[in-house]
Amino acid sequence: MSADRANRKRGRRALRATDRRGQGADDAGAITDEEIAELQDSVGPDEWGGTSAPRRAKAFWPSAKRLFATFGPERTGMTLVVVLVVVAVVFNVWAPAILGDAMNVIFGGLVSAQMPAGMTAEQVIDGLRATGQAQAADMLSGMDFVPGQGIDFAELARLILIVLGMYVVAQLFMWLQGRVLNDIVMRVVYRLRQDIEAKVNRLPLSYFDTRQRGDLLSRTTNDVDNVQQAMQQAFATLVYSALTIIGIVIMMFWLSWQLALIALVALPLSGVVVGIIGSKSQKLFTAQWKNTGRLNGHIEESFTGHELVTAFGRQQDMGARFDERNEELYEASFRAQFYSGMIMPIMQWVNYLGYVGIAVVGGLRVATGQMTLGAVTAFIQYSREFNQPLGQVAGMSNMLISGVASAERIFELLDAEEQDPDLADQERAGTLDPAGRRPADLARPVLGRIEFDHVSFSYTPEKPLITDLSLTAEPGHTIAIVGPTGAGKTTLVNLIMRFYEIDAGAIRLDGVDIRSLQRSVLRGQVGMVLQDAVLFGGTIRENIRYGRLDATDEEVVAAARATFVDRFVHTLPDGYDTVIEDEGANVSAGERQLITIARAFLADPALLILDEATSSVDTRTEVLVQEAMAALRTDRTSFVIAHRLSTIRDADVILVMEHGDIVEQGSHDQLLAAGGAYHRLYMSQFTAGVDLDAETEALSPGTGALPVSGEGTVPAGTGPVPVVTGPVPVVTGPVPVVTGPVPVVTDPEPDESGIRDR
Amino acid sequence: MLWKLVRHYGRPYWRSVVAVLVLQLAATLATLYLPSLNADIIDDGIARGDTGYIWRTGAVMLGVAIVQVATAIAAVWFGARVAMALGRDVRKAVYSQVDGFSAEEVGRFGAPTLITRGTNDVQQVQMVVLMALNFMVMVPIMSIGGIIMAIQEDPGLSWLVWVSVPLLLVIVGLLVRTLMPLFERMQDNIDGVNGVMREQIMGIRVVRAFVRERHEAQRFTDANAALTDTSVRIGRLFVLMGPVITMVLHLATAAVLWFGGLRVDQGLVEVGALTAFMQYLLQILMAVMMGTFMFMMLPRAVVCARRIGEVLSTSGSLREPVAPRVPERQEGRVELRDVRFAYPGAESPVLDGISFIAEPGRTTAIIGSTGSGKSTLVNLIPRLYDATGGEVLIDGVPVTEQARASLTAAVGLVPQKPFLFSGSVADNLRFGNPDATDAELWAALDTAQATEFVRDRTTGEGEAARTGLDSAISQGGTNVSGGQRQRLCIARALVARPRVYVFDDSFSALDVTTDARLRQALTGYTRGATTIIVAQRVSTITDADQILVLDEGRIVGRGTHEELLATSETYREIVDSQISAEEVA
Repeated sequence: MSADRANRKRGRRALRATDRRGQGADDAGAITDEEIAELQDSVGPDEWGGTSAPRRAKAFWPSAKRLFATFGPERTGMTLVVVLVVVAVVFNVWAPAILGDAMNVIFGGLVSAQMPAGMTAEQVIDGLRATGQAQAADMLSGMDFVPGQGIDFAELARLILIVLGMYVVAQLFMWLQGRVLNDIVMRVVYRLRQDIEAKVNRLPLSYFDTRQRGDLLSRTTNDVDNVQQAMQQAFATLVYSALTIIGIVIMMFWLSWQLALIALVALPLSGVVVGIIGSKSQKLFTAQWKNTGRLNGHIEESFTGHELVTAFGRQQDMGARFDERNEELYEASFRAQFYSGMIMPIMQWVNYLGYVGIAVVGGLRVATGQMTLGAVTAFIQYSREFNQPLGQVAGMSNMLISGVASAERIFELLDAEEQDPDLADQERAGTLDPAGRRPADLARPVLGRIEFDHVSFSYTPEKPLITDLSLTAEPGHTIAIVGPTGAGKTTLVNLIMRFYEIDAGAIRLDGVDIRSLQRSVLRGQVGMVLQDAVLFGGTIRENIRYGRLDATDEEVVAAARATFVDRFVHTLPDGYDTVIEDEGANVSAGERQLITIARAFLADPALLILDEATSSVDTRTEVLVQEAMAALRTDRTSFVIAHRLSTIRDADVILVMEHGDIVEQGSHDQLLAAGGAYHRLYMSQFTAGVDLDAETEALSPGTGALPVSGEGTVPAGTGPVPVVTGPVPVVTGPVPVVTGPVPVVTDPEPDESGIRDR
Repeated sequence: MLWKLVRHYGRPYWRSVVAVLVLQLAATLATLYLPSLNADIIDDGIARGDTGYIWRTGAVMLGVAIVQVATAIAAVWFGARVAMALGRDVRKAVYSQVDGFSAEEVGRFGAPTLITRGTNDVQQVQMVVLMALNFMVMVPIMSIGGIIMAIQEDPGLSWLVWVSVPLLLVIVGLLVRTLMPLFERMQDNIDGVNGVMREQIMGIRVVRAFVRERHEAQRFTDANAALTDTSVRIGRLFVLMGPVITMVLHLATAAVLWFGGLRVDQGLVEVGALTAFMQYLLQILMAVMMGTFMFMMLPRAVVCARRIGEVLSTSGSLREPVAPRVPERQEGRVELRDVRFAYPGAESPVLDGISFIAEPGRTTAIIGSTGSGKSTLVNLIPRLYDATGGEVLIDGVPVTEQARASLTAAVGLVPQKPFLFSGSVADNLRFGNPDATDAELWAALDTAQATEFVRDRTTGEGEAARTGLDSAISQGGTNVSGGQRQRLCIARALVARPRVYVFDDSFSALDVTTDARLRQALTGYTRGATTIIVAQRVSTITDADQILVLDEGRIVGRGTHEELLATSETYREIVDSQISAEEVA
């Protein structure tokens, strides 16, 4: 118990310290402002409780205008909505006044029932004054009555029916406008999503590589949701509330400007209250956010690194740190909730003050005949109806601001530059450049002859990567590409697949320039196994089938067997129906690789590209996979980018690349004999052992394979890409590492920071 | 489950809960009193022309309003306290529970969902409790109190209450009931749309390489259409709600006026009482409406509570021994006797019939293909899992009979996926031994070939800059490269100076040179301890004293490098696939 109390004290002190130092309490685990922004990006507004600080748009009005422009096609609908709202507001605002009249009928009738019939109103009033009941006379003089009549029920009925009629119309119109608006908004958002989807498929790969994937994801999901919410709720409510406020103010002044002033005095008062408390609670919510982030970060670490915590017996320490942060969060969130929870009672109280004021002053004015009772009753109703729209305007404008900010981010995406459309599509659209290339198609059957003709390429102009590269790969040959890291091997693949466009020269498949081909045709002929094993959510079976959607189950299993996926699938409880999860505790990195190989296997393409794929699979399995691949590779061209000389050994042609140029071509034996770059590379694996003492050398005279990255431990590219150490020809340093302007992330582990956990 | 959770963790705060109830009661009563005072102003003040009375009653109203706000704020204070404290306690409970899990339970749930359950789900429950305390106390009091007050003002009109309140309840109830399943469906739809988008963005290369753009676009359109459909339906219902409810309120008001007017005429009720009645009726209806909407929040919290309950009711399968035994001779001798491990319900076991002894002062290496069970095997040694058959012994005592503390002291683990915690480099290294001196840390770093990069490392800017051992490691260790992370993880295990070192594929991100240097330095540092290495590269293990070849969960070869070359075909295959001596010539 005392430990808890001590923690609580610590929590409170820490919180106060944060307050004193302001934002940015500095220690290694502190959350910076950027991280807060990231948190806001990755988490929806209601996930962590409390209102999130509304995003700010960089250029509010242009983005807002553009957002409303998306409603353009719905113009008639929107006009209808506005008209309906206006009419509804008018009726809604007018009705209480008429209700007040009804009240007057009742009160007047009541009073008049006590009077003798036959006299006129003035006579009664004068009579009262004569008998010294000046006050009663004053009050009666403000009323409308016929002595002796009693309550005029016909009139009352008429008024009530009018009011009901008005309300019915008003509510009917409100319903209609809501319905129309809802449908409109849904249509607009649907189109927005479709536009985004289409855009994503037209963006060049460089767009994805140069940005944080999580951020992109956020734009297409969170931001769209935000816009939808803003449009659905904020827009309609704002218009209605604004109009209602105006209407009510008008009516109040019309009934009695004195009472109106009293009622309105509440306005700046509540504004001040909300302002003070609101900003304080906003600060407290930010603190709560920070603390939540810190605590959640700690929980994440503890749970993800659970085995380490257990193995090193650090439960107690981690637990103590948890308690500390938990306590801090408790303090912060309690204060935030308290302050924000105060707002409503205080607002209500201000409302009551107004109510009291109206009741008293109104009562006085009725007693002195300056106002009717009905007017006061109406007034009370107005002042009650006044507060709600006020609060809504405040809340909704926040939502709207946030929605516009989200819209801005979406528009940035939609405005991004696209890749050039296929020539065939251009021709159809009539935008084909008459002086340029013509669309073409491949002759079937596709042989798989690849030719690079003086190709040049670089990711950024300042750092040239591939300069004047020429090579020819005959059908059925295996081409191994080796070289020190950063030599442009992955880029070669990017270019063949036309993920990036070359700057100069030409690449030809079976003699046809690949730029004249449709991308789908080109890529349909190339099977690719990537360095990172990207699998989609779904079962193992579905993932393999991605290679060829119309493959039968037998074909899927056959592909799995050929690539040794079948073997380990049987150790899994659900077999082929095992669902692959992203954090994939159930499937290891090596097994994922095998599945991607099976997928490519099933696709049965003319050209195979293996991009360091097998480095995550241990050497023994790799041998077996190679055997299967070899059977598949007859009459098929294969490009193999690997770091294991075992893979390279059996290749028909080895291309040695340095600085983006092919410095040597030939078979393994030829190149070794030539004593050039390849020989140097090869030897460096063994000369590295010279530094060790003789014993080690004697035992392992050459069992070193080329540096490989092992199962799944590809350097995470979520930061500045590490640079290769040492001079280029010698392959020291962790591999695969790329010098040069390789774009930020080729995501070996998909960056999930932008995804909201649901 | 939600109720159980709330009751159990809310119990220590019963006093505050009572305070909330009492204060809310007071606040609500105050709210209810005001219309009655207003009625008095009208009936006794205006009707009689007694302005003095009006002023006096006004003052009373003011006083009541002040009482109202004071009690309301106090209620908020207590309510916030209880809800947040409950959240804190549940979080702690979940955390402690997961702490006691074995790697199997963590693997079964998956770390991400455990994280969600300990954070977001608790948040949901907490918010519902807060809202319940704030509103759900007020709602019944307001409704019942309002009914009482209203009837008091004019019993003859009470039938209006009995008609309008149930009418409203029915209408709102119907709407809410239709909405609930739609909300759930919308959540699924949102997950669907976002899921497709996410796969496309994360796997954009694969999508394009396999020319699946159209396929994905179609998937997206389907998901989008489903979402839009559900959203439209929800929207239409929502839109109906406001007008319908408002109409009920207006109808009630009109009825009051008409029937009340009749009664006023007959002298059965006074005008002021009528106005009060009207106001009470409205208050009741508003309270009922709010209450019904609060119920909409419940289902999500119920789901969250269930998820939390699942965690809390799972006990770690690793049981601490009741009477822990400490081994007599603490040398670090590891023995596996006929060990078997299978996941529940799997067709084939991951490990079967594993028996070997790893002697202190020697290196035992384990090599095998993907999925052969290597990692599972070595995870049994620090007792991250319990074997489903056979025994794992350290220094002659089964690990199941040793205390966690004794196991921690005995075994140092470098796992396959190098994981660092946020904090400084020194913090991470001291994870193995909090009392290690800086000199000891540097010694470990030297052995792990990590001295250079740590020494020259700086994080932060200006005043917040830290260098060397104090430099910061970001969450997940993302601000160091893979190779550096591995070396730091190795150093961490070294600092602990255990009797048994377990390296699970810990050298894979290192190039051959560094690998060799590190292992050489290790031999010196770990002299006398047992070393167990799992590796892919034959070069890493050729000088091991004992090599175990694992295939499909069984040991198919055992011996030194030379012996295995001669006797084991599997081993030869592996070696052959990496460069062999003959090639050089």
